[in-house]
Amino acid sequence: MTYTGWFIEQFGQGLGWFLANLTLILAIAFPVMVGVAVAVYADRKIWAAMQMRRGPNVVGPFGILQTFADAAKLFLKETIIPTGASTGVFLLAPMISFTLALVVWAVMPFDAGLVLADLNVGLLYIFAVSSMGVYGIIMSGWASNSKYAFLGGLRSAAQMVSYEVSMGFILVAVMMYAQSLNLSDIVMSQKANVLGILNGNIFNPLLFPMAIIFFITALAETNRPPFDLPEAEAELVAGYQVEYSSMSFALFFLGEYANILFMCALIPTLFLGGWLPPLDWAPLYLIPGFVWFLAKMAFMFFVFAWVKATVPRYRYDQLMRLGWKVFLPLSLFWVVVVSGWLMFTGHFAAVPA
Amino acid sequence: MAAFAFYLFSGLLLTSGLMVITAKNPVHSVLWLILAFFNAAGLFILLGAEFLAMLLVIVYVGAVAVLFLFVVMMLDIDFKALKRGTMQNLPLGLAVSGVILAELLLIGTGWQPGQGVIVHEALAGPPVGMSNTQWIGSQLYTRYVFVFSMAGLLLLAAMIGAIVLTHRRRVGIKKQDIAVQNARTPAGTLGIGKAGLGQGVDL
Repeated sequence: MTYTGWFIEQFGQGLGWFLANLTLILAIAFPVMVGVAVAVYADRKIWAAMQMRRGPNVVGPFGILQTFADAAKLFLKETIIPTGASTGVFLLAPMISFTLALVVWAVMPFDAGLVLADLNVGLLYIFAVSSMGVYGIIMSGWASNSKYAFLGGLRSAAQMVSYEVSMGFILVAVMMYAQSLNLSDIVMSQKANVLGILNGNIFNPLLFPMAIIFFITALAETNRPPFDLPEAEAELVAGYQVEYSSMSFALFFLGEYANILFMCALIPTLFLGGWLPPLDWAPLYLIPGFVWFLAKMAFMFFVFAWVKATVPRYRYDQLMRLGWKVFLPLSLFWVVVVSGWLMFTGHFAAVPA
Repeated sequence: MAAFAFYLFSGLLLTSGLMVITAKNPVHSVLWLILAFFNAAGLFILLGAEFLAMLLVIVYVGAVAVLFLFVVMMLDIDFKALKRGTMQNLPLGLAVSGVILAELLLIGTGWQPGQGVIVHEALAGPPVGMSNTQWIGSQLYTRYVFVFSMAGLLLLAAMIGAIVLTHRRRVGIKKQDIAVQNARTPAGTLGIGKAGLGQGVDL
């Protein structure tokens, strides 16, 4: 009997379905939140190690409880709403950011069949939710009634909209190669797809450039360095979140890291073979798929932190040039290349008359 | 369950549509408009058109409304002048909307679909083993390819028009040419000279 089936038998059709999904949602959201706490700690530790510092090392063994201490401190602070702020929008903005960062995990397959909503249009769902993420930022920037926040919000909105375009084209290339928008199907299409032994689109010369561009675009979408202009401590104080304190700031912070973790999970799903081991070799399948997935996620997070520790921030016009004049034509051209290749090798599914 | 979702989505859609035109602050109007788009996407999902729902969210919520919000946020609007304008233009606005309402009512009551216009026979739904999305793609790019290309050309013309109207060549500004910067070599940019005592260098 399935998990949902058991609940329906115990509590009846409507209530059982509701309870089953509620528990499943909590079973995803809670580990994501713990993952965010660990990720913040890991981020600071990796960053510190690359700068030959110690990083957080006071609270708990090796400073591992530092994030929880920070969170507790934030919860105890006073929530301040500026006098000139548009109160409703001001309070709604962090909630939107946080909710969207959690909602997008619904379609992520953690292992074969281990997914909350196995949507047919999973990839489009991810794209839709991530394109809505810009509202939390733009609303907070406007509602704060502050020039710094407003500038930060505008910068961020323009940046996310610009990079979404090339991200969309990369997703189109991946989707055409996998012949599906369903994330589980996309992972399974990567099984032994290169030379019959390597699992993962990134080993495919046709999709390797897309993987690299997608990684850079993901950095820009999540406002990570070198594209962290919306925050730009030096010029905009903290950009759109400058007027936020306490819980509302915590929601932005958690949402931002949840988004980063999601990108660290999406890149393996699209390019590194998801829950599959890197080689299509029977003994490797003895390790559960979930472990492979987490390992790939951790690796991607390390790369994110690595980039943060090593690169300087882009200038805004350079950022726009990279998005519109380099990535957009390149990814558009590559969509044509991939579709042409698929056409000539007869990869496309039969079209009904 | 589905009936509840339908009334929820359509009720919210109508309410937010009403709020779009009654909200005092234009930014709030745009935010209500976004809620309306979102609920329309919910209605599409109830119809089983999940691809259209996602496209609605991506295109309208994710791109069009962001640009709306951008423009409206930057505008400096004088609400008193706006109110005065409303009262002046009210008769004209009422007349135009009255005409449109009358036309809608005429179409809704008098017109029979399929008369005078040759329509394709209704498509029955995706064949077995094909997802909604694949089916839309296979129809759009084969059967309706000309209509589809025409729509694309229309958008292209609009885009070219917008660029032509707003493009201006600014003079007297410094512009960064990254290709030129990257092409610089030590041979072309560096020179080593001897600075004699009290003479400086000749550049």
